[in-house]
Amino acid sequence: MIKSSQSTDIEGPAADTKQRTTASLDTFIERPSRRASIWRQFQRHPGAMAGGCILLVLVFASVFANLIAPYEPSFQIRGATLQAPSFQHFFGTDQHGRDIFSRTLYGGRISLRIGLISVALAASFGTLLGALAGYYGNWVDAVIMRFIDMLLALPGILLALVIVAVLGPSVTNVMVAVGVSAVPAFSRVVRGSMLAAREEVYVDAARVIGCNDRSILGRHILPNIVSPIIVLATLNIATAIIIGASLSFLGVGVQPPTAEWGSMLSQGRDYLRGQWWIATFPGLAIFITVLSINLLGDGLREALDPRASHS
Amino acid sequence: MLRYVGGRILASIPVLLGVATIVFFMMRVLPGDPAKLMMYETGASAEEIEVLRSQLGLDDPLYIQYFDYLKSIVRGDLGQSFYTKQSVVTMLAEQLPATIQLAVASMAISTIVGVSLGVLSAIRRGSKIDTVSMIVAFAGISLPSFWLGLMLMFVFSLKLGILPAVGTDGLRYLILPAITLGFGGAAIIARLVRSSMLDILGREYVVTARAKGVSESRVILKHVLRNAMIPTVTVLGLQFGYLLGGTVVIETVFARQGIGRMAIIAITGKDFNVIQGWALFIALIYIIVNLLVDISYAWLDPRVRYD
Repeated sequence: MIKSSQSTDIEGPAADTKQRTTASLDTFIERPSRRASIWRQFQRHPGAMAGGCILLVLVFASVFANLIAPYEPSFQIRGATLQAPSFQHFFGTDQHGRDIFSRTLYGGRISLRIGLISVALAASFGTLLGALAGYYGNWVDAVIMRFIDMLLALPGILLALVIVAVLGPSVTNVMVAVGVSAVPAFSRVVRGSMLAAREEVYVDAARVIGCNDRSILGRHILPNIVSPIIVLATLNIATAIIIGASLSFLGVGVQPPTAEWGSMLSQGRDYLRGQWWIATFPGLAIFITVLSINLLGDGLREALDPRASHS
Repeated sequence: MLRYVGGRILASIPVLLGVATIVFFMMRVLPGDPAKLMMYETGASAEEIEVLRSQLGLDDPLYIQYFDYLKSIVRGDLGQSFYTKQSVVTMLAEQLPATIQLAVASMAISTIVGVSLGVLSAIRRGSKIDTVSMIVAFAGISLPSFWLGLMLMFVFSLKLGILPAVGTDGLRYLILPAITLGFGGAAIIARLVRSSMLDILGREYVVTARAKGVSESRVILKHVLRNAMIPTVTVLGLQFGYLLGGTVVIETVFARQGIGRMAIIAITGKDFNVIQGWALFIALIYIIVNLLVDISYAWLDPRVRYD
């Protein structure tokens, strides 16, 4: 009985009584909501606030690149090849006379898209696999985790390289490759949280009131273990952007003439001696983007998962 | 201990078999016919492509190709490059020393710089040194290695002319690539050592050691750092995996020899046997390194026993 009274979704008279008690307590004690407390915790982290603001500017600049950029990304300005940064071309021009400032803005669209979509992919599959492994245990756990071990045997960019080698170079394939290579991290974290969560009283309570596995997993456990997933997803966007740009830099990812930071850098390599700006600005864009996401992720970790960040 | 190591080696066989299987089927099932790709530039006829397919064993049923592949792996034969006709094992053996050189040098830089920065930050917590080291560490985590490599090359090779920009000929050629690759790892290790040390500095046995009059340097090195190294060593093992990935990028940036660059050339040319062999080899190295990491726990922490 004690167990069911602690459940979050009890129905019937007991639930009414609980709600009334909570409501009457709330009239006396002004309780900060969890969201407000997370926000307050987040605000205390100046780095995270700075990271969030920089990221907002970067996202805004990329989304509205067509309005901000003075030129189309592949527009070749006649007689303006390899020009140094100036008021006319803030970041200079490349060997084809294209404006690097405009290409950097448009490049942000692709890099941010690779980061977001690949992590969404990794988070969805990784969470599903980790949740199944942690919740069901036994052979389900053994099979899934051995599969994850195999993926982990090719760490980081290496698995993405193998996948992109097979699929061929394109933006979509880079997303798939980067996404698959990030699946193990999510599976491991979710499995760990799931192992702890399935022993909790509220899970027993949900089972007692007749919830099926799908409902217990999706409606009861998942909302309770979502914090580490959000933190991991944020930090993984940074990694995904670097891996995506690395693949393009190596010539196996996004292909020229598409404006993408990694491939722009790769082209700038040949002109490093005389025209440093071709490689410098796209690299700086990757660095600032990744730095701002990492700062944001660090702040989120402290706000959402204080125990993990202190340990 | 021997039983533990034996068990771990046995347990890694299915993982390796799994990697071999995944890579094999990815290469075979997904689009891209190696025979067609190899003959693409020569403009060969359909008959010539068929002959080549049969020579490469690509017209056999998939399961036969798979079992042939497994049999040859057990014999230590990873096949031949479709292009150079050289054995993949020979190619790996030729390119490996340069990669090992780079990986070991970067690992040494990561460890030395990372541990020093972490220790300094922890014992001078809240000081300027702490703030600066942690800002450097945070920036290090966010720097794309290929860009850092290009910028170091620009400054030290092209502008100052102190160090060579590209090549593999000697120790001087190793300095810039090793710093580039080691910097990111150093940043991660510095953050980790700092937080582990701060955790341990407050423990009772540290207070006891100080109360007994043990010198501060001995307290830090013997009591705090040694214990803080346990989580650090785990990360060093994981870092080695990322270093292996990093060598692919850095070998390309600095046009160095090595298995990473060999892999990129194979990937762009769809040289499947080389890609398969490389992936399997990397997995094997990574598994061995992580086994060594696990064994090293016993040396670092006498409480860890493997019986």
